[in-house]
Formats: sequence, C-alpha cells, structure tokens
Amino acid sequence: MGFLWLYGHFMSVDTVSMTGWGRTAPTTALRFRPRTYEEAAVAVRGRGPRGVVARGLGRAHGDAAQNAGGSVVDMTALDRIRSVDAVTGTVVCDAGVSLHHLMEVVLPLGWFLPVTPATRHVTVGGAIGSDVHGRNHLTAGSFARHVRALELLTAEGEVRTVLPGTDLFDATAGGLGLTGVILSATLVLRPVATSLMSVATERAAGLDEAMARLTATADGAPYAAARIDLLARGRATGRAVLTRGEHAPLDALPAHARRMPLAFRPLQLPAAPAFLPEGLLGRTSAALLNELRHRAAPAARTGELRKISAFFHSMDALPHWNRVYGRGGFVQYQFTVGDRHGETLYRIVRRLSVRRCPAVHAVLKRFGEGGTGWLSFPAPGWTLSFGLPAGLPGLARLLDGLDEEVAAADGRVCLAKDARLRPDVLAAMYPRLHAFRALHQELDPGGAFRSDLSRRLAL
Amino acid sequence: MKDAFGAPQSLLVLGGTSEIGLATARRLIARRTRAVRLAGRPSPALERAAAELRELGADVRTVAFDALDSGSHEEVLGKLFAEGDIDMVLLAFGILGDQARDEEEPLSAVRVAQTNYTGAVSAGLVCAGALQAQGHGSLVVLSSVAGERARRADFIYGSSKAGLDAFAQGLGDALHGTGVHVMVVRPGFVRSRMTAGREEAPLATTPGAVADAIVTGLRRRSETVWVPGALRVVMSALRHVPRPLFRRLPVR
Repeated sequence: MGFLWLYGHFMSVDTVSMTGWGRTAPTTALRFRPRTYEEAAVAVRGRGPRGVVARGLGRAHGDAAQNAGGSVVDMTALDRIRSVDAVTGTVVCDAGVSLHHLMEVVLPLGWFLPVTPATRHVTVGGAIGSDVHGRNHLTAGSFARHVRALELLTAEGEVRTVLPGTDLFDATAGGLGLTGVILSATLVLRPVATSLMSVATERAAGLDEAMARLTATADGAPYAAARIDLLARGRATGRAVLTRGEHAPLDALPAHARRMPLAFRPLQLPAAPAFLPEGLLGRTSAALLNELRHRAAPAARTGELRKISAFFHSMDALPHWNRVYGRGGFVQYQFTVGDRHGETLYRIVRRLSVRRCPAVHAVLKRFGEGGTGWLSFPAPGWTLSFGLPAGLPGLARLLDGLDEEVAAADGRVCLAKDARLRPDVLAAMYPRLHAFRALHQELDPGGAFRSDLSRRLAL
Repeated sequence: MKDAFGAPQSLLVLGGTSEIGLATARRLIARRTRAVRLAGRPSPALERAAAELRELGADVRTVAFDALDSGSHEEVLGKLFAEGDIDMVLLAFGILGDQARDEEEPLSAVRVAQTNYTGAVSAGLVCAGALQAQGHGSLVVLSSVAGERARRADFIYGSSKAGLDAFAQGLGDALHGTGVHVMVVRPGFVRSRMTAGREEAPLATTPGAVADAIVTGLRRRSETVWVPGALRVVMSALRHVPRPLFRRLPVR
C-alpha cells in the first residue's frame, strides 16, 4: 500500500491482484481509493491506456470489477450518506455506501430498501451497475427502478446528473460500470413497521410442485423463493423448500420485541478460515447438506418471525464464505427463461441432477416485468441460480451447453455473476446490446471505462 | 481474457510446429480460443499447422520467429503484443540434438543450448514484460524431466532444460502478484517426431496427454505440472539416488 501525490491530491494507491467473489481468474491492476469526488475524478483522468473501472465490495462473482493492467477505482471510501428524508423516505448517498450501512441508518427510522439482493455487503453503485434484484422482483422490479437520480463521472472527469428515462440512465443501470463511475444516487425507500419478517415455509416434493406453488404466490407475501435440491434424483428431482415473507406488522411481534421493533442486529459468525482444502463441497457433502436441510424444513409453517438479516442475507452471517470452495473458487450461474419456456427450466434441472452437480444453494424465483436497463438481467419468467466449484470436471462444457439452451429459449445469463460466457451468444441473450454498444462508442470512443468482463465479452 | 476455467481467448505458440503446442492449441480452440499466433521459422510445416487450426474455426496467423536470433525477439514479439492482449504464451520450441554427435562437435552442442536455453530466456523475458504490462496472462514453459537430473544419455539436452527450468521457476516467483502466471511443464518421454526412432523410456506419454495436463494446469493455476503425474514421485526419488548407483541405472 502506498500513497500517491497526484495533481495536488494525496490518495491511496497500490498494485493488487483482484478476483470476483468466485475467486477465479485473478488479474492485477492499479487500485485507487478516492475519498472525495475530486479524487475519483483525478483517478479517472489519470488512467493509463488500459482504462479504468469502478469497484465496490467485490461481490460480483466474475470479472466485472477487475481491469487487468489498468486502473480500478475502489469506491468503498466514498461512503457518506448525504441526506435522509425520514418523511418521504428518500436518501441521497455516495456510491460507495454499502446496503448494510444504509440499513443500519434507515431501518431505525422505519424505512427499508425496496430491493435487496442475497447479500447486504454490496455498494449502492454496484447495485445500480449490476441492477440487482431480490425475492420481490415480481412486485418491486430491480434496484434501478427505485433510483430517482444519480451522478456519473465521465471519461473527461466531469460529473453528469443522470435521470431515469434517459438513454444514459438505461445504459448505466445494469451497465456494469462501463458508462462511467457512479458517484452518488438518490433512492426511494419503502416504509416498514418492524425489522422482522413474517415467514411461511413449505416443502415441495418436486419441481412441478415448486413451480406451481411459486406461481400461486398471490396471497400478499411480496417475497418468495424456492431453494431447490439439485442433487435429488428420480421423482424427487427439483424438490424444494419454499419460503415466502412479508414485513411483520407491529402487532405480530411478541411483547418483548415490541419495545425495539426496528432493531437491526445481524448475526455475525467468525470469518471462514483463509485456507480451506478444495473439494470440501463435493458430491457427498453437498448431498448430505441438502438432505438435512430438506428434512429440517417444516412441511408447512406460517407466521414464523425472522430477522431481516436472517431472511434476506443468511450467508452474510459467515464472512468470507466464498473461501469454503477452497483455492480453486467457484462459478455462479444464473439464468432466466420466460414462462413459455418452462420446459427449458425442467431440462436444465434434470441435466444438473443427472450430472450430480454439488450445488448447495440453488434458488428458483419468479421475475416480473424487466427494468429499463439495456444490459439489466431480469426478464419476466423464471430464474434459477446456483454455484458450483470451478474444479468440477466438465463444468465448462456443461455450462456452455446450458448457455445454448437458455439462448434458444430467449433467456439470458446474469452478467454480474458471469465469469465464463462465450462472447458470441451474448447478442442473442441481450437484444438491446447494440444500443448499449452504440451509446458506449459515442460517449467513450477511447474506451476509458473497461473491465476484464468487457474485454472478455467484447462489450 | 481468460475465463473462470483458465481458458484463454488468444494464444501465442513459440515454436509453432511443436506437436505439444499444436495439440494444446486444438484443445484450447475447442474451448474459448479464437486468435492463435504460431511463431516459428517460416516453413511449409508451419503453414500446414496454421491451416489445420484454421479449419477448427480459429483466426490463425503465422509469425516469423527464430529462437536463435535473440536480438530480434523484442521487436517481433513486441509487435504481436501491441496488436492486442495475448492471454497465454506457450514456450514450446526446443531441440533434442544428437548426444553422440554433439559430444564430438561442441558447436552443435552449443546450438542445443542456445535454442533451448538462451533463446527461451530472451523470448521468455520479452513475453513476461508484455504480460506484466497487460496485468494478466499465462506463460507456459515446456521443460523436461531430463532437466531434473542429468543423465549420461542426454546431458547436453538435459542441461539446457535444467537451465530453462530454473529460469522459468525464478521468473514465476518474480512475477508472483503481477497477475501473470508462469507454469513449468515437465513431460517425460513424449512419443513425437522429436523422439522418433529412439528407445522409449518408462512412463512415456503423448503430445495429447501433455496438452490435457496443460489445460488442467491452466484451470488450477498450477506452477509445476508433471506428465504423467507419477513422474513427480519417480523423479523425486531418483533425485536422491547416489551417483555411483545412478550411473548404473538402466534408465535412458
């Protein structure tokens, strides 16, 4: 770690090797850590010939926030919440603010994020750049839908205010940081009465039943997801545990919890050890884990109260949980297919189950109307995500096969999680790719904003 | 860029007619590789190799490159890297020489050393610098078990590979943390053109098996790869055999 005196700014700069959350394909870049907008502009203007890209908390699974041989602007020091309007539920904050920090501040005021992904350790800038989604996509859409304005640092080092409804906004929402560096954002929040969730759990014996029950989620619970056991075979293929939740009203709380209904105290375990052997999550252990979890889940239960952190972000309790996959890392795969292509979902689940892929956290969800972002991932229909150890024999080829099935069904693969997509199937998956490329070419002809992902996929 | 499985999109083979090099290129083209540069002395064999890879769907070009002409390496290879990122460099050139003749004619022995060691040092350093500047990439160096312990039967070749091996190991350590990955591949006896007509050693392997090991090594980001894997154990035992005994071993 060093400090560099650049154009009158004293900024932390170091050369580091970086990977995504999946810990595959490390590359090295010069990392700047600005503390002010001016320092961020200095870092962008001082970029080398290999460009620059912003990085948040490094939760993207693949190579979206890496820039081999170039500059990476670590945004996590730009972490001020500028203002919170507790009456209207509007917050203005720097892009480096984490959703965790936002929750700490706004939950006690009776507000919650309208969309939260499976981890709260992502930055606001990253959430917009990946246009993240949660379990309530059907009703709430993805993250960018709740952004009222954002400030974007351009290649020239100027700051532009970007409003929804403009081309630049649509290119930036889900744009993987390739339109510029998001400096700040204005978000609208949703009101909550308590920081607890009222959760209903049920088991589904197979994929059919899981899909039918997820489709039937019209009873008011806005959050729904099914954890699929991809190792179950035969008639049990695709068996699942469904959880639905809604924010618990005050009167649902027991008396002792009513005294502090908006408390936010997430569980925090010690971090996973740095060096764990590869193959810890092999077939046997994964199957055992899935079996135990399936049996431990109640056949049907309603009204269970869970903390927000336990309901939405269960994995966050174990810091550095990605180390569990060992040095070889893991590959996350998430795709979406339309309702008409439910058959594709079946085929893929069957393929994974026949191959005995050791997936311990496979989640099936429904997507509603897609966002306006040109490279935004969600599209109406089904979405399935799972992670597999990168060292699994034949995994590269298996996922290439899934890509083809998904593309043939007009579906797509999530780019923020991707680390291995073949560039030639991209255009079929993202029909608005040409608009993105055209605008990117116009705004940034010199290719100032680049990442390993943009190089790999020729974005 | 390499993907999560270490499969490169662009490949430079130094020693473009090497059977191991071409077998590796074929496997990588089946994965992600689109651009292949075959560097070698211009020859019909080099063009044939390029044509064969082109049929697999890759964009293949041949580049005039002479391992013995160290002075030209910077210019020739620098130009290639200036055209775009190269995700993987496979340093595959090398000659076996003829031990008996080389012992008689020191100049032909020097030629073996210059090709296998000196040429590789200059080409390796030029590539390492360029890879370091792009912040990513793999440099795969084809060494040999012959370099692990010198033997009567091929110590001239063996010594050149020993030098190359030590150079590549040191380079790998020097480049640690720069995003560049150096992998030393130590095959045993490989059945190929180079060894045609020679008596086969135990644990012999094929160019295809070496290529498979390279692809796996890329995924694991291995630093040393033995082909076949059992050689790691065999050689670590042979390394400690006393010399009077080692001289008498029937291993050729």
